Amino acid sequence: MIHVENLTKYYNTLCAVDQINFDIHKGEILGLLGPNGAGKTTTLRMLTGFLKPTTGSVRVKNFSIDQNALEIKKILGYLPESAPLYHDMLAFDYLNYIASIRGIDGSKKLERIRELSDICGLSSIMHQPIGELSKGYKQRVGLAHAMMNDPEILVLDEPTSGLDPNQIVEIREIIRKIGKEKTVILSTHILSEAEATCDRVVIINKGKIVADDSTETLKQSAGGQAVVNLSLENAGYDIVEKEITDVEGVTGVTKIDETNGILKVKIFCKNDNDCRGKIYNRIKRTDWVIMEFYQEAQSLENIFRELTKEN
Amino acid sequence: MQQVIHIFKKEFSTYFISPIAYIVISIFLLVTGWFFFTTFFLNDQANLRYFFNMQPIILSFIIPAVTMKLFSEEMNIGSYETLLTLPVTSLDVVLGKFFAALAFCAAMLLPTLAYPISVSFLGDLDFGPVIGGYTGVILLGGAFSAIGLFASSLTRNQIIAFIIGMAICFSLTMIDKMLFFLPSSLLGFFSYLGAGYHFQNISKGIIDTRDILYFVSISFIGLYAANLSLKVKN
Repeated sequence: MIHVENLTKYYNTLCAVDQINFDIHKGEILGLLGPNGAGKTTTLRMLTGFLKPTTGSVRVKNFSIDQNALEIKKILGYLPESAPLYHDMLAFDYLNYIASIRGIDGSKKLERIRELSDICGLSSIMHQPIGELSKGYKQRVGLAHAMMNDPEILVLDEPTSGLDPNQIVEIREIIRKIGKEKTVILSTHILSEAEATCDRVVIINKGKIVADDSTETLKQSAGGQAVVNLSLENAGYDIVEKEITDVEGVTGVTKIDETNGILKVKIFCKNDNDCRGKIYNRIKRTDWVIMEFYQEAQSLENIFRELTKEN
Repeated sequence: MQQVIHIFKKEFSTYFISPIAYIVISIFLLVTGWFFFTTFFLNDQANLRYFFNMQPIILSFIIPAVTMKLFSEEMNIGSYETLLTLPVTSLDVVLGKFFAALAFCAAMLLPTLAYPISVSFLGDLDFGPVIGGYTGVILLGGAFSAIGLFASSLTRNQIIAFIIGMAICFSLTMIDKMLFFLPSSLLGFFSYLGAGYHFQNISKGIIDTRDILYFVSISFIGLYAANLSLKVKN
C-alpha cells in the first residue's frame, strides 16, 4: 500500500530523518514510536506530502508523492499533531467546509457529518467555535476532519493526546474498527497505546529505524529476561537472597524496599521457562509469609528504553 | 477551480465572523468620508476626483491589514498543515484567498457608492470618471491584495506581514511623486512603475490597456511570488 524508500529529511544541517525504509500493507495498523525529536512527525509529514523529502521516495498505491500528490491527498486522511484547526469557525461550519473540499456534495454531506458526529461524539459541540473547545473535543473534531472522506489511509499524529481515559478507550476502539478495512498509521509516545492498538510497530530513534516488527515478536526477542516481584513478611534479605538465588533459572535478586517488616525484592529469571513454581516451592519450606507475588509483564517499555537509550 | 471557490467562500465568510472586518470597514469609511467632505464644498465642483485621488494612499494601509492574516495566522496556529494536506494545490489556496481579499475590498467600497449618488443630487455629476474611478480602485485593490498576500506568506507574524505589505504598497504609490531628484532620462521608467501614476489615468475616466496591464501584472507577480514562497517553505 505504502512504500517508503531511503526517505531522508534535512532541516538545514540537522538530519531529522535518515534513510528510512519500510512498507505498510493494506489493513494494517502501524504504530510509529520514538522519543521526542526522533523524527516521527517529520516522517508522517513527508508521507502526507506536506513536507518534501530531501532525498528518497514515498509511493502510495501506484502514485508517487512528487508527481501525483493530489491523487494521494484524495485517498488519505491526516490528523496533524494537536489538531490545528481554524479557531473562529464553528465545528459544524468547519466540517461542512472540509466536506465541500473533499467533494462530498449536497444531501450526502449532511449525512456524512451526522455520521461522523456520532462516531466521534460531537453532537453537543457542533455549534461552538473551535477555539472555545477543550483539547479533547478539538482532537475529536480533528479526527472527524481526517475521516471525512472515508479515506483508504488514515494518518494520525498522536491521536489520543489530550483526551481523558474514557475517550482514549473510545478512540482506540474507533481506530481498531477502521483498521480492519483501512490502513492506519499512528504515531505515539504512549507505549501501552501502541501495544493495545497496533499490529506492527516501527521504533525510530534519531531519524533511524531501530526496530520494525509486530508487538508480539518484539516482546519475545527483547532481553530474554522475566522479572518477578515478591513481598515477604518475617524474612531477612540476606537469607532470602541466598535461598532464591539457589533456585534453578534465577539469575539475580535485588532488594527494592524493606519497611514495617515487609521485604520487597525483584527476582530476575530466564525468560524461556516460568520459574515461579520453583520459587514458590522453595518459599513453602520456610516460615516466610507471602504478601505479594507476581511476574511483571515484559512490556514494550523496556524494549523501547533498551533500543532508544543514549549512548 | 471548484476548490478555489470553496476556499474563497470560507475565507470571505471568515472575514465577517470576526469583528476585524467591521472595524476595518468603519475606519476606511470614516477616513475617506472625512477627507473627501472637508474639501468637497470648498472646491465647489460636483466630482469625486479627491475621493479617488486619495485611494492609493489609504488602500496601501488598509489592504495589507486585510490580507495580513491570510497566511500568517494559518502558519501560526498550524492549520496550514491541515489545509495543504487536503486535496488542494498551493495555487488553489493562493487564488481562493486572493479572491476573498478582493471581494472584501469590493464590499468595503460598496457603501461609498452613496457619495456619487449624493453628489449627483448636488450638481451635474459626470459618471464616466466615476465608473473609471471604481474600476481603478478595484484593480488597485487587486494589485495590493496580491502584494499583501505575498507578504503574509513570508512570515507567521501578522504584524511583520502588515509592515512588509504596507511598505511595498506605499512605495509603489509614492514612487512617481519622488522623482524630482532623478535625471530626466530615468523619469519615464520610474514613473511607469508607480501605482499612483497609472491609477490617476484610470480615475480620470481614461481606461487605457497599459494601465490595466500594469495592475494585472502587479497582481500576477504578487500571486506568483506568494505561490512560490509557499512551495519553497516545504
